[in-house]
Amino acid sequence: MDSSQLLGITTFTYLFASFLYAATLVFRSNRIGVVATSFTVIALLVQTVGIGLRWIESYQIGIGHAPLTNMYESVVFFAWTIVLLYLYIEWKFKTRTIGAFAVPMAFLAMAYASFAPINKGINPLVPALQSNWLLAHVVTCFVGYAAFAIAAALGIMYLIKAYFGADDRDDRPTILPSLNVLADIIHKSMILGFIWLSAGIITGAMWANSAWGTYWSWDPKETWSLITWFVYAITLHARYTRGISGKTIAWLSLVGLLAVLFTYYGVNFLLSGLHSYGSS
Amino acid sequence: MNKSNSLWQFFASVKLALLVLFLIAVTSIIGTVIPQKEAAQFYLANFGPTTAQIFQILDIPDMYNSWWFLALLFLLAFNLVICSIDRFPGVWKQVKSDGLAVPVDRISKMSNRVSWTVDSPPSETAVSITDLLKSKGFKAASKTADGAQTLFAQRGHWTRTGVYLVHTSILVIFAGAIIGSLGGFKGSVMIPETMERDKVFLFGNKGVEELGFTVRCNEFAIEFYANGMPKEYTSSLTVIEDDQEILTKTIEVNDPLTYKGITFYQSSYQPSQDFVITVALPDGTDERIYTAPFQEQIEWIEEGLTFGIINAKVRGQEIVTAKLWFSDGTDSPDTVWVDNKDSVELERESGTYRVTVKQLYATGLQVAKDPGVWWVYIGCGLMLFGLYVAFFMSHRRIWVVLKKQENGTEVTLAGSANKNRPGFEKLFADLSDQLQNDTSKM
Repeated sequence: MDSSQLLGITTFTYLFASFLYAATLVFRSNRIGVVATSFTVIALLVQTVGIGLRWIESYQIGIGHAPLTNMYESVVFFAWTIVLLYLYIEWKFKTRTIGAFAVPMAFLAMAYASFAPINKGINPLVPALQSNWLLAHVVTCFVGYAAFAIAAALGIMYLIKAYFGADDRDDRPTILPSLNVLADIIHKSMILGFIWLSAGIITGAMWANSAWGTYWSWDPKETWSLITWFVYAITLHARYTRGISGKTIAWLSLVGLLAVLFTYYGVNFLLSGLHSYGSS
Repeated sequence: MNKSNSLWQFFASVKLALLVLFLIAVTSIIGTVIPQKEAAQFYLANFGPTTAQIFQILDIPDMYNSWWFLALLFLLAFNLVICSIDRFPGVWKQVKSDGLAVPVDRISKMSNRVSWTVDSPPSETAVSITDLLKSKGFKAASKTADGAQTLFAQRGHWTRTGVYLVHTSILVIFAGAIIGSLGGFKGSVMIPETMERDKVFLFGNKGVEELGFTVRCNEFAIEFYANGMPKEYTSSLTVIEDDQEILTKTIEVNDPLTYKGITFYQSSYQPSQDFVITVALPDGTDERIYTAPFQEQIEWIEEGLTFGIINAKVRGQEIVTAKLWFSDGTDSPDTVWVDNKDSVELERESGTYRVTVKQLYATGLQVAKDPGVWWVYIGCGLMLFGLYVAFFMSHRRIWVVLKKQENGTEVTLAGSANKNRPGFEKLFADLSDQLQNDTSKM
């Protein structure tokens, strides 16, 4: 069994788990929910082994490095963090309905990793990437991105419920969690994402300073990560302004995710700059 | 400062912050889609004369240093300062406020509240409760008034300043950036192996910066992966000042050399068509290093040696092997193919010479002086610390009111927290259980 087979198994298990979560939602069945969670946990474990195996494989072919250095590896890690974070939220808030919105995101990420025309091989690192900062910078950024992805999943749920569902202050159990609960988790996910993204930007700046002598050069990737940071700074401050509703925050969570996706993916493929090696 | 002044209120408002953040975010996009710092002809060619002129007026080619962008950043800083001056005194009052000053009837209306009676008298009960609170990290103060004894304990009152730590950190980062741009420089220099330089070329065509000392590149080494990609490249550099060699370090990407606040980063390299030829005399009596342009004759006059590279095989820009021509003035000269970085031993009448041939590279260094960088790092650290305090730590307060009853004491436990209320409710419930348990055993 090699790492790519394990990651392939993970991809399809996330798809299966997504259907199970959707069924849990529709049939309001706790039993199906337990199965959904179990499959998700198993898939996460398989993925963890797969990522670890890929790390080992890189050493076996003589170019050892953490599996975080190209688009393929980073998308796989992104999916991993989304699921890890989602399972924590499921455990903490005792609700499985979010799974129907969060786990599909992990599946889509893994599917993109597997089927997109991107380089899936283990590649040697150019000297600039040979640094301990790689681990710190990539991990902090992606934990942040995952938290923002979950906030957006919840944002979608909030908007569905707000536009098609019940009263704003309704706390009765319905198919989706109440708007108050959703708003609370959105807020907490954004805070988590904001702190980790701040750490991600900071570690990136410190790395840039030790590699190129300048901690900030307004490179498109750096600039877009800052734009993303601003979007969430604005969202976190918006609650102190009168007239900002839960719906506004939910829409902002989607705007934020767009900024994240552009920072992560758009910059590499649509713009040019120092960070374009992320596209390989 | 009249705080009800509407101008003050405007600059202290969250709405202004939201607007400025929005403007900075949106305008930043411009610099990512319109290439920055290109020559004027570039904008002319790609956008036409009219647009190119608008770009020049708005300083779009260098928009992040433009007057209007810096003005937005200044406005943000100003907003942060006014906000903090406006709100901090109130927060500091809350930090410093004395919980014992809260009247008893207010305490009896708090939502986290539980009452029970015990047999022991108030003074004894107070001591027991104080000890238990202390063991939980809540140091209690006491006051007796209105026929009741009140205990008050709190934790994390200083965490209310968390937000101000974050906002201050942004100002510290800005200050660091300003110090860096006023008192520092950024440039680059190429130093061919065996040569030295004492000036660097500043970025943005701002001219030349004198280092005040000399940097010599002793040697440049590069390794490639099988697919031709560079794997690792390093430069051995020596700093020379007042004709004295101060320090020598081999730098590589991510591991620079710093001297007198100026840092030299391994950034690039340039292969040349020249060679570094090392000639060792027989019996190791002497050895010299020469740089030899392609097909040029080099002389070691004192020893009567002449040599040079007369041919070479390349792969791209990389020399694979070179044809060395060597003569010591007697007999016929040696011609031999030597692999790059390899040595050859030439047996001649005058002895056996050992000659090493290597492709000459110029090392590409990025050179920077930034006196503000540590301030930026301090600001970053403060930001992360402040974010943690602001979002994950709270100000928790506990009150205990003891009223003398006929056969003992009526104990009322109350508490509040400014953040993470569910977490506090759990702590309060545990505390209440333990206190009731302990005091009932007295």
